[in-house]
Amino acid sequence: MNELLWTYVGWPLLKILVILLALVLLAAYLSWFERKLLAYMQIRLGPNRVGPKGWLQPIADALKLFVKEDLTPGFAEKFVFLLGPVLIIVPALVVFSVIPFGPSPHLFITDVNIGVLFILAVSSIGVYGIILGGWASNNKFSLMGGLRSAAQMISYEVPMGFSVVTVLILAKSLSLVRIVEAQKQAGLWFVFPGFVAFLVYFICGVAETNRNPFDLPEAESELVAGYHTEYSGMKFAFYFLAEYANMVVVSSLATVMFFGGWLRPFPNVSALAFLDVIPPLVWFLLKVAFFLFLYIWFRGTFPRYRFDQLMGIGWKVLLPVSLVNLLVVAYFVSLPGGQV
Amino acid sequence: MADLQATLLGGEEMEVSFGPQHPATHGVLRLLLKVDGEKIVDAKPIIGYLHRGTEKLFERETYPQCIPHTDRMDYTAAATNNQGFVGAVEKLMGITIPPRAAYIRMILAELQRIASHIIWLATHALDIGAVTPFFYTFEEREKILDLFEEYCGARLTLNTMRIGGVPWDLPEGWTHRCRRFVDELPKKIEDWERLLTNNRIWKARTVGVGVIDAEKAIAWGLTGPPLRGSGVAWDIRKVFPYDHYNEVEFHIPTGKNGDTYDRYLVRMEEMRQSVRIIRQCLDRLPDGPVMAWVPKVIRPPKGEVYFSVEGPKGELGYYIVSDGNVTPYRVRVRPPCFVNLQALPELVKGHLVADVVAVIGTLDIVLGEIDR
Repeated sequence: MNELLWTYVGWPLLKILVILLALVLLAAYLSWFERKLLAYMQIRLGPNRVGPKGWLQPIADALKLFVKEDLTPGFAEKFVFLLGPVLIIVPALVVFSVIPFGPSPHLFITDVNIGVLFILAVSSIGVYGIILGGWASNNKFSLMGGLRSAAQMISYEVPMGFSVVTVLILAKSLSLVRIVEAQKQAGLWFVFPGFVAFLVYFICGVAETNRNPFDLPEAESELVAGYHTEYSGMKFAFYFLAEYANMVVVSSLATVMFFGGWLRPFPNVSALAFLDVIPPLVWFLLKVAFFLFLYIWFRGTFPRYRFDQLMGIGWKVLLPVSLVNLLVVAYFVSLPGGQV
Repeated sequence: MADLQATLLGGEEMEVSFGPQHPATHGVLRLLLKVDGEKIVDAKPIIGYLHRGTEKLFERETYPQCIPHTDRMDYTAAATNNQGFVGAVEKLMGITIPPRAAYIRMILAELQRIASHIIWLATHALDIGAVTPFFYTFEEREKILDLFEEYCGARLTLNTMRIGGVPWDLPEGWTHRCRRFVDELPKKIEDWERLLTNNRIWKARTVGVGVIDAEKAIAWGLTGPPLRGSGVAWDIRKVFPYDHYNEVEFHIPTGKNGDTYDRYLVRMEEMRQSVRIIRQCLDRLPDGPVMAWVPKVIRPPKGEVYFSVEGPKGELGYYIVSDGNVTPYRVRVRPPCFVNLQALPELVKGHLVADVVAVIGTLDIVLGEIDR
């Protein structure tokens, strides 16, 4: 009995707790990483007062947000205003339950056989958090930010879905663990056969997380702060945290689907076997870190697209490209001996 | 079709109060926007949040005391503001300033033009979402401010010109440091341009946005880069040369399409031309006094005068009426920003909300000058 309790309740709960804590901490430190990196790109120093080299800055920020007065504007729709941050943070964290960080069963919470579908479904809920939060604030700038975000996330979901389907065709499975294992069997990362799909996926991923150059919903110079203009204290922190958690989700998915998850480069080439000294978890984190770096690099380089241009790219460029790419990949896979 | 679309899909127009405490309105400009979704139906600038009654203050102060007040109008271009005012008084009194003073004035004015254009570029890019140019450009502006500080002790509100010349000679080694700065600057301008000029997103955001043709630009009374962006080669330094601008070589960059991108290119080229002017001034800098002989008490003869200079933002004119007293009877300033701002509703109509910030940026307005 005791053993059953441990296997089905205790151990999973412990794993969830550890991953949750690690994730929240990671998201917080991602903000530190971003500020520091941006600072070096912009010939400044970045946070350097709290702790050595500013290492404690995220902790200080979190503390500040904790003790800040939690304002609810008098004209806001109280319940929905409260619901907004919940709806955005929960899906952002839940998604991690199916992401495999490594091969052993201890390194992921669960392996659902419809993992990819689960992630797409759950992460789409997040858009409600933004649109409801924007609407409930009863502020015109928030409303416009919320509407922009809803339109943006929904239109970029479509090409993203098609690029994911490309991977599914290659891996013949929806389970994320299987997708990685398929790449091991094939002996190469799926980014090589599915490079176009990867490009489409990553552009959509940047748009989905509302980051530069697609950061219109919170375009500071246009909409003040967009959908979270009226939010303060921990409610604001949830929006903030969710944005960074979503960045980690998109980067993790890119790693799992296109860059072989926890596998080392060229997993079947034995000449590179010495690379195995680096544990799988580290490989995974390194790849994720690379994508996060890309995110920040974009932010340091690009201006912002306009709303109509953004929708144009989504529907007129990315959607046709992803469709054609899907057809091409499907054709080659269906050829005799075309198994990747 | 459009009507059908409007009846089927059209929502109500929404009124958005854009500013005065909005991050992208460059101070305290307030815009009353009527939007249909994201589309601008109408825009109405509302000004006056920074009104300090400068023109009235002029009537209370003696002529030399007026000069610091001019600093505070366009606070990003104090030197050219000084230049306009002292020039007007000198014209009224018939004073000719020594050549060395005129050259120093030109150097200061051109440095100021570069500094002002740097602020424009930094904030314009920031509004369009590019954060990084802000830091790169401000590093150079800092060097200009250091040069100013070394010359007159102030960095922003310079108060650096006097009726009859300039108050001090250049400090030792200043010309050398100034030359080093203008030698380095073109390389830096290239760096900034590398981030923006051929950037697809930058072009998508600026080409064809806020278009105004030459005829309309003249009708609206635009001056400075907004007018030159539309292809009119009008520059006070060329058409009514003051100081010694007729002795230096430079050309007036002009655009073709009169859109935000052309105005961007015009200003970038203007910075290079300013570098060219400063170089020539440093080469020719004559020796001699820096102040003409002027009476202890400035008491211009009865009469009126209009004198204008080419400020970084356009034609900056001073109209002074004197009744022969120690204080002016009336001073009226023709501020370039105020006149250029008028065209804003025309420029943004039919565009999207995101274009409003691009157009505000491209007009390069400073509220201190608009409200005075």
